[in-house]
Amino acid sequence: MRGIRNRLFAPLAMGLAVAACSGPTGDGNRQSSAATASTPGGSFRLVDTKGRSVTDQTLKGKPTAMFFGFTRCPDVCPTTMNRMALLHRKLGTEGNKLNIVFVSVDPEHDKREDIASFLSMFDAPVIGLTGEPAELDKMTKAYKVYIEKVPLPNGDYTIDHTARILLFDRNGGFVETMDSHAPEPEALGQLQQLIRG
Amino acid sequence: MRIPHSFLAAAALLAGGWALPHAPAAAQQARKGTILISQAWSRATAPRAQVGAGFLTIRNTDARPDRLLSASSPRAAKVEIHTMSMDGGVMRMRPLPDGLEIPARSVATLAPGGNHLMLIGLKAPLKQGDLVPATLRFARAGTIQVQLAVAAPGAPAPSGSGGHQ
Ligand SMILES: [Cu+2]
Repeated sequence: MRGIRNRLFAPLAMGLAVAACSGPTGDGNRQSSAATASTPGGSFRLVDTKGRSVTDQTLKGKPTAMFFGFTRCPDVCPTTMNRMALLHRKLGTEGNKLNIVFVSVDPEHDKREDIASFLSMFDAPVIGLTGEPAELDKMTKAYKVYIEKVPLPNGDYTIDHTARILLFDRNGGFVETMDSHAPEPEALGQLQQLIRG
Repeated sequence: MRIPHSFLAAAALLAGGWALPHAPAAAQQARKGTILISQAWSRATAPRAQVGAGFLTIRNTDARPDRLLSASSPRAAKVEIHTMSMDGGVMRMRPLPDGLEIPARSVATLAPGGNHLMLIGLKAPLKQGDLVPATLRFARAGTIQVQLAVAAPGAPAPSGSGGHQ
């Protein structure tokens, strides 16, 4: 478990986390407990597509796979949700022991009903979240998710964003990230390990 | 360079230069001059979605480069040509205002995770099974009509291509 965590932590950080790769031992176990403070996660308060408040405490008790995106993203976000739905099916009954969370990072456009509409396309019980821009901002920083709103020549905008899935244990502790393009057996194994943790 | 059998068959079938509008089996393929289009597809969009993506494979058999300059579709207010990159786990999408060059004797693939057409201002959601007409404009080859076959939401590959679904 520890090996996987270390392997995947660095790519997540994307220049935002500076402490990720330091380690005095040089034995390949690069993430010491001293780096814990810089791991993604922490408290948040958002609302789901029905307007119910969802916090980090709400998710506890089950491990969580969390993805940040926006509903107008034509490619990576639907690809990832399609993948999560597929993995959820393959997990069978174990799938119910996992929270799958989609956090919209486009509060300007994505209202609760847009997120509900987006998630309705995928056959999996995904918790869709949005919230106050300031709260989302605070959360994406704490979760070390890169978000940048980029204006387009047509007057619209796009959002550069982290396209990895963050995995947390049942206590909300960060475990590792998952690549939405990882081979299916590998991704399935990662989730099974997370659930059986 | 090897050309798949299906491609040769389609090329023979479409020797007139245009996709046959009433032949669904060939709808996702089209040829004009030295440009061959295949695997034209899209993905179903959400009920409230205003944007969709278009994917296709462009083969340029000419000794000179060509360029996909622009695209349009009656199903969308406009169509842009976009590039997408993944760098350190971060997705970035940008329009290509000058279009996309198709180098001489090469294949350009517009596919999930990379370059794509972006259908903006959808008049209605794209439904799985729909054929979405699109017009591609090339610098040399001129305009080519294709039909994007709509696959499942978020599908990694077109239907019937042996993808994950
Ligand atoms: Cu795009």
